[in-house]
Amino acid sequence: MADTSRVTLPAPAPMVSQVTMLRVAIILTVLAVWEFLSRSGWLYRDVVPSLLAIGRALIDLLTHGDYYFNLAVTAGEVGAALAIGGSLGLIVGIALGANRFLSKAFESYLYYLGPTPKIIFFPIMIMWFGVGPGSKIALGTLSCFFPVALSAAAGMRQIDKTLIKVGRSFRATTMQMVFKIYLPAMRHPIINGVRLGLGVALIGTLLAETKLSNKGIGFLIIQAYSIFDMPRMYAMLIILFILSIGANSLVGHFGGLDNIKRS
Amino acid sequence: MSMAATRPARRFTLNRALPALTGLGTVVVFFLLMELAIRTNLLSQFIVPPPSEIIASFPRVIVEEHVLNRFMLTLGECLAAGVMLTVVGVSLGVLMQRFKLLQQACETWVAALASAPVVLCYPLFLVIFGRNAWTIIMMGFVAGLPPVILKTLEGITGVRRVLVNVGRSFKLTESQQFWKILFPAALPNIFVGIRLGLIFALINVVGVEFLINFGGLGQLINELAERYDLAGTYAAICFVVLVSVLFFMAVEKAERWLTRAE
Repeated sequence: MADTSRVTLPAPAPMVSQVTMLRVAIILTVLAVWEFLSRSGWLYRDVVPSLLAIGRALIDLLTHGDYYFNLAVTAGEVGAALAIGGSLGLIVGIALGANRFLSKAFESYLYYLGPTPKIIFFPIMIMWFGVGPGSKIALGTLSCFFPVALSAAAGMRQIDKTLIKVGRSFRATTMQMVFKIYLPAMRHPIINGVRLGLGVALIGTLLAETKLSNKGIGFLIIQAYSIFDMPRMYAMLIILFILSIGANSLVGHFGGLDNIKRS
Repeated sequence: MSMAATRPARRFTLNRALPALTGLGTVVVFFLLMELAIRTNLLSQFIVPPPSEIIASFPRVIVEEHVLNRFMLTLGECLAAGVMLTVVGVSLGVLMQRFKLLQQACETWVAALASAPVVLCYPLFLVIFGRNAWTIIMMGFVAGLPPVILKTLEGITGVRRVLVNVGRSFKLTESQQFWKILFPAALPNIFVGIRLGLIFALINVVGVEFLINFGGLGQLINELAERYDLAGTYAAICFVVLVSVLFFMAVEKAERWLTRAE
């Protein structure tokens, strides 16, 4: 017999979800409080500049070629640091993950040295690589080496033993094992390591630029501080945050981290 | 008989110690090679001082540069940031868990903040708080906050259903349910968050001390580098690395001890 119960259609989804409405409300409240503080005169002048001034500084920044030149300098330094530090980290990580003896002998050094503040090595980097981009790249390299190496070593140990046995039964050479078995099987931990590495390489490079440089985004930020151009500083920090969070998400997205099924 | 019984045990200990000895031996050989390369002018001693000179400069740096006072200053800043991020971070995590809508709206923002280069805001903090310890403490606090919030949230959300149901069967009030069931069950995760937060706080505290040339150990490195005291700079960097490593080990041990006590 046919089912004659009433078909209940799901209620139509609201045009704007409650979460979106709350997000918009929070953003608007923060902006309103900011503008109120800016006009109240309770804080030192320009510490909290008006939203209009920050907006103007944002437009000014984005319409000047000078900003893009400095952005390209920083991007180049971070890219070079990620390439060098990431490659070295990957090689060391695979070696440590593949060999238990090496892992026991050296991995604890990486584990404990990894979270030390890398910026304190900057004076050494200046002595070794000079005051130019070399010292910034070196600091970024040093920063991103550790997370990539530790992630690669952990990823290497998680590889399904059957895959390794299959590779060996086909008499794959070491290079074939690395490129056909290890790297594809440890893609997610490596991408995670690269994400972490990108974040710390960016921080290392930018901090080095704020300390001693005459170009790059870090230099622009510290220049804005030294001439007390607060709207410009806020504008640069906003763009920097958007760019770094965006780059981080992009690496995760293209690395397929969004597709991992979480249990 | 007794000899035969002890022999395998000794071999077992040696087998266990061999990797650690290899690691240590490699570090020692590396420094000996560096010493040799510098003494034979393969490496310029105006760029890398001989390791023996660095070791010899340790007592001078410790006594003349008042390292103990600086260490206490840095530790104080770290602990102040640690207390603040524990109180604020755990409270915010609990608040977000209590109000699901707030969690859905803000969790991705907190996660995004964790991946943002927050330390780059130090010039802004310099303007707001001035060139004093508050800038350093606040920088450590802000940098360490996201992991504490996220781990608190993860801990409370992940409490096993059966524990919550036990609380309900005893007709516990909402407050009792939180303090007797949810919070104790979430503590291991909260400790992980606090450990990560403290590590981020230490990294940022020392980093900002170095960058703004104010405070404890970070400032020491900057001062010695500006004086071009090469051996002293290297010794101070080694000292800070050693302190950081000991700090991480201590925090890790404390976390394990507290988690076991649960």
